[in-house]
Formats: sequence, C-alpha cells, structure tokens
Amino acid sequence: MNPSSTAKSMTLGEAGLVTVFSLTAFLCLLAVAMAQDTAFAFHAALSSAASLWAVIAIGNRYFARPSLPPQEINGRPNYNMGPIKFSAVMSVIWGIAGFAVGLLIASQLAWPSLNFDLPWTSFGRLRPLHTSAVIFAFGGNVLIASSLYVVQKTCRVRLAGDLAPWFVVIGYNYFILVAGTGYLLGVTQSKEYAEPEWYADLWLTIVWVVYLLVFLGTIIKRKEPHIFVANWFYLAFIVTIAVLHLGNNPAVPVSVFGSKSYVAWAGVQDAMFQWWYGHNAVGFFLTAGFLAIMYYFIPKRAERPIYSYRLSIIHFWSLIFLYIWAGPHHLHYTALPDWAQTLGMTFSIMLWMPSWGGMINGLMTLSGAWDKLRTDPVLRMLVVSVAFYGMSTFEGPMMSIKVVNSLSHYTDWTIGHVHSGALGWVGFVSFGALYCLIPWLWDRKGLYSLKLVNWHFWTATIGIVLYISAMWVSGILQGLMWRAYTSLGFLEYSFIETVEAMHPFYIIRAAGGGLFLIGSLIMAYNLWMTVRVGEAEVQSPVALQPAE
Amino acid sequence: MSFWSRHQIFEKNSIVLIAGILVVIAIGGLVEITPLFYLKSTIEKVDGIRPYTPLELAGRNVYVREGCYLCHSQMVRPLRDEVERYGHYSLAAESMYDHPFQWGSKRTGPDLARVGGKYSDEWHVTHLNNPRAIVPQSVMPGYAFLSQTEVNEASVAGHLRTNRAVGVPYTDDQVANAIADLKAQADPDNAGVDAFTKRYPKAVARNFDGKAGAPTEMDALVAYLQMLGTLVDFKLYNEKANLR
Repeated sequence: MNPSSTAKSMTLGEAGLVTVFSLTAFLCLLAVAMAQDTAFAFHAALSSAASLWAVIAIGNRYFARPSLPPQEINGRPNYNMGPIKFSAVMSVIWGIAGFAVGLLIASQLAWPSLNFDLPWTSFGRLRPLHTSAVIFAFGGNVLIASSLYVVQKTCRVRLAGDLAPWFVVIGYNYFILVAGTGYLLGVTQSKEYAEPEWYADLWLTIVWVVYLLVFLGTIIKRKEPHIFVANWFYLAFIVTIAVLHLGNNPAVPVSVFGSKSYVAWAGVQDAMFQWWYGHNAVGFFLTAGFLAIMYYFIPKRAERPIYSYRLSIIHFWSLIFLYIWAGPHHLHYTALPDWAQTLGMTFSIMLWMPSWGGMINGLMTLSGAWDKLRTDPVLRMLVVSVAFYGMSTFEGPMMSIKVVNSLSHYTDWTIGHVHSGALGWVGFVSFGALYCLIPWLWDRKGLYSLKLVNWHFWTATIGIVLYISAMWVSGILQGLMWRAYTSLGFLEYSFIETVEAMHPFYIIRAAGGGLFLIGSLIMAYNLWMTVRVGEAEVQSPVALQPAE
Repeated sequence: MSFWSRHQIFEKNSIVLIAGILVVIAIGGLVEITPLFYLKSTIEKVDGIRPYTPLELAGRNVYVREGCYLCHSQMVRPLRDEVERYGHYSLAAESMYDHPFQWGSKRTGPDLARVGGKYSDEWHVTHLNNPRAIVPQSVMPGYAFLSQTEVNEASVAGHLRTNRAVGVPYTDDQVANAIADLKAQADPDNAGVDAFTKRYPKAVARNFDGKAGAPTEMDALVAYLQMLGTLVDFKLYNEKANLR
C-alpha cells in the first residue's frame, strides 16, 4: 500500500464486501418470501436491511476517505481505535440491558405475575436473553474491545485489516441482535449458553473466523519479538471458543427457510457435548479471555510488572489443559457413564491449582503498590475482581465433588456460584477495564469522577454480597429440604413447600441485582461525562514491555 | 538451554502457539467424548423405547421453545429421595432419540422425567393455563396462549424426516402418515387411530386439551408430558445386566 498515491481505488475488501452484501440483501429478501415461520421471516428481513445498510456504509466510507489510513505516523504506529470505541460503547449498553433483564427475571421468580402470561415475556424466553446479553453481549464486547486494543499496543502495530475490524465488531453485535430477538420469538435450540439457532450460529462462525484472522494478523506483523502474555490468553480464548462452537452446534434445519433445526447429537452424547461446551464457555470465554484483561490492565494500572513471568507460563498451559476436562461435573449422578463423571470431578479439583496460581500472579503484581488501593478505586475494582475469581474457583472445584454436588446440583447454589464469578470476577474486571479504556480511547487525562467509581464499587459490592449469600442460603436450604426425611421414614417436604421457602431469598436476590444495575448506571454516566467533558490529553503510544 | 528459554518458541511464533493451544485443548475433549460413541455400555439395553409420535414431537418442540428446561430437569438421579419422589432413576436409553437432550440443570420446579400418567389431562390443561389455580404457591408462568395456536400440520413430515437425518429410526410409513397420525392422536374418534397405534405401540390417542377441532399446541404439549418416562416397564427392567 502506498499512502502517498493520489489515485484512489476501491480495495479488494471493499469491493468484495459490497458484492457479498448486495447478494445477501437480495437472497435475504428472497428468504422473506419463502419463510416457513414468522420469526425466520423477521430475521431474513432484518438481515436484508442490515446488508443494504452495509453496502451503503461501505460506499459512503469509500467516497469520504482520502486514501487508506497509514500504518504509521511520524514513526509511531497509527492505532486503529474506531472499532474498539464502538465495541466498548456497545458493551456498556448491552451490560445495562442484560442486568435489567436479569433483575426482571429474578423478580418473576419472586412475583410470578410479572410474567404477564405472554409468550414474549415469560421466564423461559427471557432467561436466555439475560444470560446471552451479559455473557456474550456485555462480556463479549469487552473482550473484543480490550483484545483489539491490547494486541495493537503490545505488538506496536496498527490492527490488521482495513474493513475487517469493523466487520468483526458490527457483525458480532448483529449476531447478538439476531440471537436476542430470536429468544423473544421462541427461536432456540435449548442448549444452554448456545441457544441461537442454526443461521445465527453460521453467521457467528464467519464473524469469529474474521476475528481470529484480525487478531492473528496483528500478532504476525508485530514489532515486538515476544508475544505478550495477555495475547496468549486472548488467542486461547478465540481459538477454543471456535472449536467449542463448532463441536456443540452441528444441526440439520427442518427447512433452509425456517428457524427450527435438530441438533446432530442425541441424549447422553448431546449432554456431554453440551457441557463440554458449556463449562468451557466459562473456562475460555469468561476465564481465559478475562485473565488476558487481568494480565494487561492490572500491571498497567498499578504501574508494576507482572509478578512472575514463569508463573504466567505455568498458569497458561495448565489452565487451558485442565479446563477442557471439567465439563462432566455438570452431569454428576446422571445417565452419563460413571467413568466420565469421575474424570470430570478429578480434573475439576485439579483445576483449583492453576486458577489460584493465576490469582496469585494477578494479586502479587501489586506488591510494592498496595497503597494505590486506597487512592485508586479503579485499581481496587480490578483487584477485588481477582479476589472474587479466587473465591469462585475455590467454590467450583468444591461443588464438583460428587457428594457436595448431590446437594448443590439443581439448586440455587449453582446460580449463586455462577454469579459470584459473573458479577464479582467478570463484571468487576470488565468495569475496571472500561474505566481504563474509555479515557485512553478518547484521549482523556482521566475519568470524569473517581468519586463516582467509588460509588459504583460499593453499590455493586453490596449488591453482589446480597445476591450470593441469598443464593447460598436458598440453595443449601432447598437441597436439604429435598432430602429431608421424617423419623417415620417419609419424605418430610413436598416439592412446593421448598418453592415456598425460597420466596424471601428471591426478594433479597432481586434487591442485590437491583443494586448491581444501579452501579452500572453510575458507571455509564461517569463514562459518558468522561467522553463529553473530560480534559483532553495527547497519548504517547508506549507499549508494555514484556517482563523478563 | 533452560526449560524457560525453550518456551520462547511459543512466545515468538504465533502459529506454533496456536498449534500448541489446539493440541492441549483437544486431549480432554477427545478422551471424554469419543468413547461415548463406541462404548456399548453407554446406552443401556432396554425394551420399549420408541421415537416420539408426531404430536409428542410437536409438544416437545413447544417445551423447547418456551424454555421449560430452564426450570424443570428431566433426569432423576439414583439418590434415595429422588427415586422416592419421582420414580426410577433415569436411563441413558430413555433420551437416546432426544435431539437435543432436555436433562436440564435447575429445579425451580420439580423434575419431569416421570411426570407421564401422574396427573390427568385436565389437571395439566388447567395448570398450564394458570398454574396458581391448582398450586397457589407456584411461581410458574401461565401458558394459556398454547390453546389458541394450532400445530403446524404442513411441516410435521419434515420434522420427522429431519429427525431421521440425525439418526432417529422413523420408518417410511411413519413419515408418510405423519399428518394423519398427528390428527389421529388428538382425536380418539378418528378413523386412523388403529393404524396410528400400530405405528407407535402403546401410544395413546386422546383429546388432550378437551376441545374439539384441530390439534393445538396445548394438545401437543400435554401429549408429550403424559408420555414422559412411561416407555420403559421397570418391572421387567434388568438392572444387573446394565451395570457399568
């Protein structure tokens, strides 16, 4: 590419994408006409409109741009921050939406009239909307934004690809839109955390491959000899999620013009595939990806090198090797053969070690800088997230022990465990990353208000404590009630008595969720004001040096 | 060259790093998943398991669509209290034709693996319309709208064919008569009932929702709930033969 050339021509990517999207706009219109069900027709119409928008947007961009942006300006990398800004903003929006739906479904369990007895607002359809919105929409956008930022900074080059990064961030958010509206319309293949139907899955596959190529392409053209630790974790996250997605989702649609499909696997094999996927969505999406955030943002914010480079090497390989085995602990005492359950339990317990190794590496990075916890609420958020990570990764192995699992499985204890990880670890590390990223992306000196970060921290922390303690009590209570016998040898409680006993805890849980939501609204306001009125700063593009 | 400097091959070469990641994550999955496809002991040998009738399958799809699995498990564990509360523990064979499986992971409501035959059709219809009319403390949403939607007859054969494509042994006869069987099962006076029960042994034809007219989603869902866990006769089941 020659930035000084005056003759402007369409790049291969621009021409190709315009052709492809013109074609899909037409094909999707055809699919609307042929659609077998209304949900499919709606999604086809939506996709046709989106394709048409893409054609226009690419065209507009072509006519507006002078030439392609240079790779370097004055000898410094010309970082590509546009797509990252988009993804960061989307993560805040989806986060608030996802927490709000979570509050609604928590309230539905306390007050069932909130289901309104309508198909679109019942718990069964909103629950996947909540989980996907927080995991994939909020968490996914944080991961994409932070990974594309970190990979540029630590490789000291501009992001690979011209339109490709935009394709990734917009394409991914379009996948979320299709998946989410699908749930409300009853389009689901009922595999937990992999509910989207076949056409959404296919689209995600394309987007994900481009994501991998952009990320990998940037690493390949790096100016640094070493690949930074955080990038190993991002890479493991991207590659493994691709493998899991392909393994769990093969399905045959009833009609190529209809939304319903039947998954290739059946019964016990399907269960094993599902929880191999499901647990590693936790392991690689919610853990490896966010550990990458820990490995970049905590050293950066604390202005200390990572505690131990060797520990990161052990942490990385042992974590990704052991995690993959842990899936069967979701299937203890089920019709899954015992040998598989035993393997799952054994490896889940071993997984405690690399998890805590990672936690130690994150926490000890603060040695010599612990005083900053008093003055910097953003760093405090990041550090507390690692503490929550340590707590959940102790609780997880414990719950995977079969005798403990016989009590905890099917109860709210699982829900509490998931949320101590999701709210405490993933939520806080994401908030911390966003509080760092937004001022960096918009070249601001700092956040609009550290006081508001403090408010966010305490509101959310109290919310989490209410949430998880309510679920511990209700889960253990319900598990004990189910197995309680009278002195005459009869089951002591009917099922509905255990449901009734949950009521006060469901109210406390909803209150905790409400506080967490309020905290995120405080964050959104703070970030918005940072962009709008924050003091500008010219950032110098200095990459983090590998610690060695 | 120390162990730590040997690691530099991964740190300096992205393709080697990716290859390393792929190898390391492949091992656990391969060891745990592939044997389930060839170890014969994975799925017990039992009599009575048959593919779903067209109406039951339609009901199962409603169950999937409404996300029932998010609050109801279909997997009785071999624990004393569960076996006493719900019935014989679940076998792998009982879900061998389930695409996808519906074992579930949470019991906000009770397990449904053996709910078939425990309550009358009328109980189910009343309960689905308004759960609190029967169980005042229930937190389940109401599903009255199911009575208003008819099962889509046109696509029924397609559903059976697709299931066959993923391994469910539907016969040509069953696929060809899918629409007739759908109608016959929801209408005991239908002339096709005998042919239907020949194709699906021990399946029952009843007017599940108690209303005249074409089969509704309520018919389908109740038909599905009423057959859950009823296929295997546990008086004849030989537990010792299936130890694994």
